Amino acid sequence: MDKLDREIINQMQGGFPLCDHPYSVIAQQLGTSEGELIDRLKRLKQDGQLSRFGPLYNIEKMGGTFLLCALCVPERDFDAVAEQVNQFHQVAHNYQRGHRLNMWFVLATETAEQMDSTVDCIEQQIGLTVHRFPKLDEYYVGFKLTV
Amino acid sequence: MQTLSELDRRIVLATQQGLPLIARPYHAVAEKLGIEVSLLYERLDKMLHNGVIRRIGAVPNHYKLGFRANGMSVWDIDDEYLAQMGAQIGKLEFVSHAYHRPRLLPEWPYNLFAMVHGRTYEEVWRKVDLIADMLGEVKQSYDVLFSTRILKKTGLRLSAQTPSTEKNRAVA
Repeated sequence: MDKLDREIINQMQGGFPLCDHPYSVIAQQLGTSEGELIDRLKRLKQDGQLSRFGPLYNIEKMGGTFLLCALCVPERDFDAVAEQVNQFHQVAHNYQRGHRLNMWFVLATETAEQMDSTVDCIEQQIGLTVHRFPKLDEYYVGFKLTV
Repeated sequence: MQTLSELDRRIVLATQQGLPLIARPYHAVAEKLGIEVSLLYERLDKMLHNGVIRRIGAVPNHYKLGFRANGMSVWDIDDEYLAQMGAQIGKLEFVSHAYHRPRLLPEWPYNLFAMVHGRTYEEVWRKVDLIADMLGEVKQSYDVLFSTRILKKTGLRLSAQTPSTEKNRAVA
């Protein structure tokens, strides 16, 4: 990555304009051409430095409910439990973390009732208590990563 | 919570994977949807203003860019200071998410979650120390849970199913 790549990543994390030639507008600000900017974005996406380029939607505003859950899984059962949990399509992501509560995952369902039944179902299947951490308030979501 | 119009749903489905990397990306999206580009601008602008769209731009892959340490810092904050301190911590440039979540006593005394990113564990700890200094005496205790393995990462997407008689579907 060179200087222009870094400027693209640092300065294009928001504010992409709604107009007929948006890449051209940003290219001018960065002192490059529309074609060069588009080529660079393609390469950054292809190489994986960018996961995506476009609107970042707040899915919670579109309906549906979300729940952060945690499990305390005995070490010897960890991989088997991870496999069982991940089979639920409601599990959006799942991380192993260094703590007594060592498995943390987020569930996404359409309704609150479905959330309750999904949690019950997971508990029954794995035989462990699912600790629930609903979001009570959001202070900030977003990240301006500087490279 | 609001419900999306059928058109907004289609716009979300057409753009949640990204905008085309071509000179006139919105025209391509509008054409695909069979609508005027002016209508697309109007709807996107509306969704930016009501928060359905957080932002439009590059979504960096933290891990690939060298930010490999991801610490979930958790804090036990006196309830009366929680909202004020949560807002302050959320403003820090290295904090990507800050939430109030319930304590689960006696095992879990923490009521504030703040995700801290860094290139190394040491860098994350330095940032956590900064937060600890900021919080001073309103914190009772804290911990950092580092992710040691990604077990699943599907991301959140609107599904392509027709809403039928129900409202909108948001599934993993």
